Amino acid sequence: MNTLLCIPLLVLIGTIVPLCSARYSRTACAFLTAAMPALALFLVLELAPAILGGERFTTSIPWVPSIGLELAFRLDGLALLFSFLILGIGLLIILYARYYLSEKDNIGKFFSYLILFMFAMLGVVMSDNLIQIWVFWELTSISSFLLISFWGHKSDARKGARMALTITGAGGLFLLAGLLILGNVVGSFDLQTVLDSGDMIRAHALYPVIVVLILIGAFTKSAQFPFHFWLPNAMAAPTPVSAYLHSATMVKAGIFLMARFYPSLAGTELWFLIVSLTGLATFLLGGYLALFQHDLKGLLANSTISHLGLITLLLGMGSDLALVAAIFHIINHATFKASLFMAAGIIDHESGSRDMRQLNGLWKYMPYTATLAMVAASAMAGVPLLNGFLSKEMFFTETLHQGSLGSLSWMVPVLATLGGVLSVAYSTRFIHDVFFNGEPINLPKTPHEPPRYMRVPVEVLVALCLLVGILPSLIVGDLLYSASFAALNSPVPDYSLSIWHGFNLPLLMSFIAFFGGLLVYYNRQHLYKFQAQFPSNDPKLVFERSIQALVTWCKWFIGVFENGSLQRYTYFVLSFAIIVSAYPLLDLDTTAGQRPEIPLDALSITGAVLLTIGSLATVVWHRRRMVALLTLSVVGLIVSLAFAKFSAPDLALTQLSVEVVTIILLMLALFFLPQKTPKESSPRRVVRDLGISAMIGGIIGTVIYAIMTRPLDTISTFFTENSKTGGGGTNVVNVILVDFRGFDTLGEITVLGIAALGIFKLISRMRLYMPSSDDGGRPWSSDRHPLMLSVVSQSLLPLALLVSAYIFLRGHNMPGGGFIAGLITSVAIIQQYVAHGVDWIKDRLKLDYQIMIGSGIGIAALTGLGSWFFGESFLTSWFDYFYLPVIGKFELASAMLFDLGVFLTVVGATMLILANLGQLTTSERPVHEEDA
Amino acid sequence: MEGVYAFCVGVMTACGIFLTLRGRTFPVVVGLTLLSYAVNLFLFASGRLKLEAAAVLGMSDSYGDPLPQALVLTAIVIGFAMTAFAVILAMRARADLGNDHVDGRIPKTPVEQRQKSGGQR
Repeated sequence: MNTLLCIPLLVLIGTIVPLCSARYSRTACAFLTAAMPALALFLVLELAPAILGGERFTTSIPWVPSIGLELAFRLDGLALLFSFLILGIGLLIILYARYYLSEKDNIGKFFSYLILFMFAMLGVVMSDNLIQIWVFWELTSISSFLLISFWGHKSDARKGARMALTITGAGGLFLLAGLLILGNVVGSFDLQTVLDSGDMIRAHALYPVIVVLILIGAFTKSAQFPFHFWLPNAMAAPTPVSAYLHSATMVKAGIFLMARFYPSLAGTELWFLIVSLTGLATFLLGGYLALFQHDLKGLLANSTISHLGLITLLLGMGSDLALVAAIFHIINHATFKASLFMAAGIIDHESGSRDMRQLNGLWKYMPYTATLAMVAASAMAGVPLLNGFLSKEMFFTETLHQGSLGSLSWMVPVLATLGGVLSVAYSTRFIHDVFFNGEPINLPKTPHEPPRYMRVPVEVLVALCLLVGILPSLIVGDLLYSASFAALNSPVPDYSLSIWHGFNLPLLMSFIAFFGGLLVYYNRQHLYKFQAQFPSNDPKLVFERSIQALVTWCKWFIGVFENGSLQRYTYFVLSFAIIVSAYPLLDLDTTAGQRPEIPLDALSITGAVLLTIGSLATVVWHRRRMVALLTLSVVGLIVSLAFAKFSAPDLALTQLSVEVVTIILLMLALFFLPQKTPKESSPRRVVRDLGISAMIGGIIGTVIYAIMTRPLDTISTFFTENSKTGGGGTNVVNVILVDFRGFDTLGEITVLGIAALGIFKLISRMRLYMPSSDDGGRPWSSDRHPLMLSVVSQSLLPLALLVSAYIFLRGHNMPGGGFIAGLITSVAIIQQYVAHGVDWIKDRLKLDYQIMIGSGIGIAALTGLGSWFFGESFLTSWFDYFYLPVIGKFELASAMLFDLGVFLTVVGATMLILANLGQLTTSERPVHEEDA
Repeated sequence: MEGVYAFCVGVMTACGIFLTLRGRTFPVVVGLTLLSYAVNLFLFASGRLKLEAAAVLGMSDSYGDPLPQALVLTAIVIGFAMTAFAVILAMRARADLGNDHVDGRIPKTPVEQRQKSGGQR
């Protein structure tokens, strides 16, 4: 198995480990959980030297190649960088969470969610297929939802989780649309093909649509304005989650996506405008909001928004060097922000509060943690000798070099410096408010240093901040180069990663930002007063309100369309059907076609008149239900005669026997239903319904007339020609049923069986009262089984069964077959029920109809499977002719076995329905003996 | 002949549709049955009408189209199963809900009616 596939797979296996090991101590659980990601990290490290040397690993397992579905992974510089972040910081988070979570928390569940997220995130960065990227993308949203709502007993955790899922999930749908269009434009969902066809994509007419859709996906995930508000609300998650998902990894997924598709999508005016302006707005807004937060994590969350905006702005500038700076800042932000979150978590954990109005002067209580946090915060502010300084310097340089806003381009460096000022101001606030500024006020606990190993992850990350800040090219030079190379998909321009570039404009900007920030912080009270004038506008409330409004609207909509009235639904459907079917008929010039009509004869006219009268009488008398049933049966009879007349003997036989069964069924049902329908429809409703039905009747009549009078180009010649030679039967209809289209028939008898079983279950718990008299108050006759009827029907039974057997056997060559024979047998048995009653039959006829249905479908299916033994495909038929003395020549065909299955299913289904329904009218009613 | 046939199908469709638009279960089931007759005749006629031309080899000179016949044959049987399911569902609905309305109205139970009339008295 190849290494590339193992990396995500190991992490996937890792999701189960914590669940299994949670019963041991929390330390053991944490160590076991860390094992799989550590192994995966080891594999990544093994591949790293080659990738840093410029190689790219890919692997793919095809799934449905015709529509571009595959399991494809790749590991290039960009994916390598993100894999390091995901796995490396992930391992530190596991260690940290071991100490952060209390005894009460379900640590196994937490770790399992965390590793699931790790898997999803690895999948996003390592995917080599557009669709696959999206699948993992949504998986990160879902695992993030689970992690934010980990403390599900808290209302804000639930609300924050729901908001995050709504925003990022909805964004994911936009992304899917964008990726699908992109894949269609390129003609492939393979990532490398997409990256290589940038010019073609940019020239395509759909380019703006693709860019906007994909960017909405990226912006929602990376909390860009105006979708930024979900991130501060996601801070209800446990702090390890905030440090991992909402600063280092998941919120970078949007950034990753923009960097990934940089070669295919970037480089146009549209991209520049959307991305850079959104980034700039987010950069400033996040910085400004961060300044006014009292919650420690709220400050960090808003500063994360601001820094994500900074990276987005860099990606939007359109110069290759800006992309390098963006990737550099991704690394730096991940290290200092994760360590700051962890420090904030330690402070929260050891002092019991996150409110900066209470937290003051902690330096005295936890000097060690304070030092670490201060170093990280300085990196965030962009203090020299720390990593944040370097990338911010590159950022300032790039703002000076871009010119895409024309004569307004000077604004970008000025606003960037303003953002830098805000960044320094809130970093200073973090340091000064928490660690100095007097004494703590009303803290729930006396603060103290955390356990030794809880600090280790912070130490590692802060050490990285320092190392990168002092020795940038040694520590991250190669990684940055290969990531930039992969993201650009072209050679990387020259850049210098040193701490000192001489006295120049960017240094001046840093200088202004630094002292400006200190000045802003010093005058913060004025700012707070100014800010206090605004009415507070909590995005959470706005969001909840809009969700409520949506729910109310949906309820109203459903109330209108789904009011429980079948009449209304039917009305909607039919009106729509009229529009859809009438419209094309307008284009038809003449109703009648070229085909000559068959001349009329008296018999047909009589039939047509009877049929029309029967149908109309059913409508006119429909409130007297029994009468309507009788007129209905007249219609059914004429229909079966029509089949006989127009050369369809099989249909005539089927219709006739089904007619008998249907009418008996409806009569039985009517016994339990009201005998009359009260007059309820208003005259207006009657007119409306008459109008609709006349319209549809007219349309259907027109359509069928137009069809019948036009010549037919049939495909049935194939069946007629091959029926005898290929199927061994002269009755083409039957051969089609059991041979040519045998698979359809198998499906149909299965449906029949399912319907019968469904009816059986509906009947079996039915509690209906037994009417003792009919509608007119006359009591039902107690003489249930007239002698004449029982004697005659008893003697008719063998005859009927003989006819049925005959019809069955000749079915392949003459009109007949399993369906018809089954129905005739059913009618014969039903007659016995009618004549003798259920009790009498029960003693004499021990048939289990459910088993009958099962064996019928089983025989039909096995007949089909049988052909596999002869190396043929499913349901291939076989037939041959044999000679026997006395009987003579006869034919054996596998299709007959299939027809037997059909026969058994039809008998079983019909009898299961009717016998059980009939049973309800007798003392055999299943009242107490319910076995379900 | 074709014209009369089309007229009959149209009338049956219209009658079936009208009945399915009623507010109680039983007329709806009857309407569905009528409609399924119409549908079967409709499908059958798509193979064109032919006299004395059963699709049995060697019995006649020309053959009717066997394909619509095969389709309609199974449609008849499935149609029966559907009618049965609908009518049993109607019975079950009456057993569980105490009425046979499908118009979305919930009629008053006898107890409620008695209470109402008692209040007026």
